[in-house]
Amino acid sequence: MSDIKKQTEDELLEEVTTSEYKYGFTTDIESDTIPKGLSEDVVRTISSKKNEPEWMLEYRLNAYNAWLEMKEPDWANVSYEKPNYQDVIYYSAPKQKPVLDSLDDLDPEMKKTFDKLGISLEEQKRLANVAVDIVMDSVSVATSFKETLAEKGIIFCSISDAIQEHPELVKKYLGTVVPVRDNFFSALNSAVFSDGSFCYIPKGVQCPMELSTYFRINEAGTGQFERTLLIADEGSQVSYLEGCTAPMRDENQLHAAVVELIALDNADIKYSTVQNWYPGDKDGNGGVFNFVTKRGVCHKNAKISWTQVETGSAVTWKYPSCILKGDNSIGEFFSVAVTNNKQQADTGTKMVHLGKNTKSTIIAKGISAGYSDGNYRGLVRIAKGATNSRNFSQCDSLLMGDKCGSHTFPYIEVKNNSSQVEHEATTSKIGEDQIFYCNQRGIGTEEAIALIVNGYCKDVLNQLPMEFAVEAQKLLEISLEGSVG
Amino acid sequence: MLKIKNLKAGIEEVQILKGINLEVNSGEVHAIMGPNGSGKSTLSSVIAGKEDYEVGNGSVDFLGENLLDMDPEERAHKGVFLSFQYPIEIPGISVSNFIKTSLTEKRKALGQDPLPVKDLLKMMREKMELLSIKKGYLSRNMNEGFSGGEKKRNEIFQMAMLEPKLSILDETDSGLDIDALRIVANGVNKLRTKDNATILITHYQRLLEHIVPDFVHVLHDGKIIKSGGKELALELEEKGYDWITKK
Repeated sequence: MSDIKKQTEDELLEEVTTSEYKYGFTTDIESDTIPKGLSEDVVRTISSKKNEPEWMLEYRLNAYNAWLEMKEPDWANVSYEKPNYQDVIYYSAPKQKPVLDSLDDLDPEMKKTFDKLGISLEEQKRLANVAVDIVMDSVSVATSFKETLAEKGIIFCSISDAIQEHPELVKKYLGTVVPVRDNFFSALNSAVFSDGSFCYIPKGVQCPMELSTYFRINEAGTGQFERTLLIADEGSQVSYLEGCTAPMRDENQLHAAVVELIALDNADIKYSTVQNWYPGDKDGNGGVFNFVTKRGVCHKNAKISWTQVETGSAVTWKYPSCILKGDNSIGEFFSVAVTNNKQQADTGTKMVHLGKNTKSTIIAKGISAGYSDGNYRGLVRIAKGATNSRNFSQCDSLLMGDKCGSHTFPYIEVKNNSSQVEHEATTSKIGEDQIFYCNQRGIGTEEAIALIVNGYCKDVLNQLPMEFAVEAQKLLEISLEGSVG
Repeated sequence: MLKIKNLKAGIEEVQILKGINLEVNSGEVHAIMGPNGSGKSTLSSVIAGKEDYEVGNGSVDFLGENLLDMDPEERAHKGVFLSFQYPIEIPGISVSNFIKTSLTEKRKALGQDPLPVKDLLKMMREKMELLSIKKGYLSRNMNEGFSGGEKKRNEIFQMAMLEPKLSILDETDSGLDIDALRIVANGVNKLRTKDNATILITHYQRLLEHIVPDFVHVLHDGKIIKSGGKELALELEEKGYDWITKK
């Protein structure tokens, strides 16, 4: 390698470390917060603050007791100092009027926050087709387009409201896809979840708009334990968007969400996530721990499609999965995971084929820059009875610089010889030749990288709804800014 | 337009260009010919600003400015275009998206607003016609799965869109069948004006039958050892490079 090249790469690494998180600010809103730590009393307090029925309290206490016996998993290819779970605040709600008549009644400070994020409510409203349920620190503060949805019989509300108003649905489905004891973080979430979204699409109804939620962690030291439950009844169809940003914080913030999707016979769920939580500074201080359990179950002829663009968090532990229970059901996973500076990600999916003629597709694209580590971990399991099932997996990694790492851990278990499983994997570096070609066409190196990365992620970005794709593209550019000199 | 004086350049201490002198004026077409390894591609890379090469002595003046001080993209903005011998694939990026980005960046550098989409499409359609490019081509990914001929045509299409002042066509004829060659050459001829200039880098006389040069230079061992008119190319064709290099 020539000296010039070496020099460029040194500059590259120099510049990587100067790329700071763009959404680092906090909103000054008075919060209703309970003291740090977790105990049976805290669980009871959360439940009573939310005025929950007895069965919900029992569910939480059962989960709390299960959690006490469980151990934090350490099989992921990440290293971090385990959080002190007694040092976390488990409930924080903005002190607000509980119900807003319109979005204009929103706290001006909060409004500013959204403006800074570039996703102002005005803009959201103008997008017209998007119903927004904004969660700021655990409690829904604004829900829009409810009436339009109500006409179709669609329920889209906070999970707290759903527990009050639709207990029969919550009771029937909560914890059926991700059981309390599924894992350490799901047990924790089940005990202390503060809020989240609930969605029910009735039989045969096509949801007329994208359902969208913007999450944001705001209170210093507040753990976020979102709970999402989405039920698509027989023959229904829905597209759900989830986007997140968090303000800059010095201490690590814990996020342990649980998302459960239920696609009944012939239903179709598309679940898209854009995640850019604070990744920590260039030295790896601070940042969000994102330990999320996302899983969906597909009944006969149903389809669940996960799309995620992950650019944030200090440590990511996340495997959106599909249980293909019904015959002819389809599971899809499209993912772009970017790590920069000292970020670590262990992410992927599980496709569990139980029904006959089930199909799954996995397209995972990893991009590593700086000193970061990106891991793909995926499981494809084809059960004995899942005759004629098929899986196709493609895992690509793109490396920028020579200080980052990328690993692929594909697990394949096939117990049925009429099934077909394909796995493709590639690792590449952004070529000097590609960059020079762009340069020669007048495209500077930063733009060239953005362009090449966008091209690399196209298969995944194409899965996102239009306006979300644009945002995701912007996000990719921001997260990789300065990553090549 | 372009004044190269005593240019020396190499890669990892191996000297490839050993003192090039060349002057190209507006409206002229220069052909640089020479055997393999004579430094033809190095010359084009150095003019375009590829970082792999270390430039020692000499100067390259383009429209009164020192080209060697500029980043490759800056050179492109000023009007230097290189048609690559081996065009690079950019997976997932469509031809139209790439050219739009390229043109927008150039216009931005020149203080101009991006071309409205309508005008851009109109321009693309005109230039496609010029090069007999079929519909559907714009949405294909940059050079991905392109045949040799398609890649070269794509280079000339970009040249047509960017309207450079100085175009360097590096072995544009290689890998082209006779029909493709004719189309590409036709395109280049139509793009010729009294205000722009072209440097053709080629092994063979074949291309020069279609694009007639004003000057022909023979490059050998990093130096231009002979210059002449278009008849020099014919002489080379007839007698081979040995005729000059062994003198």
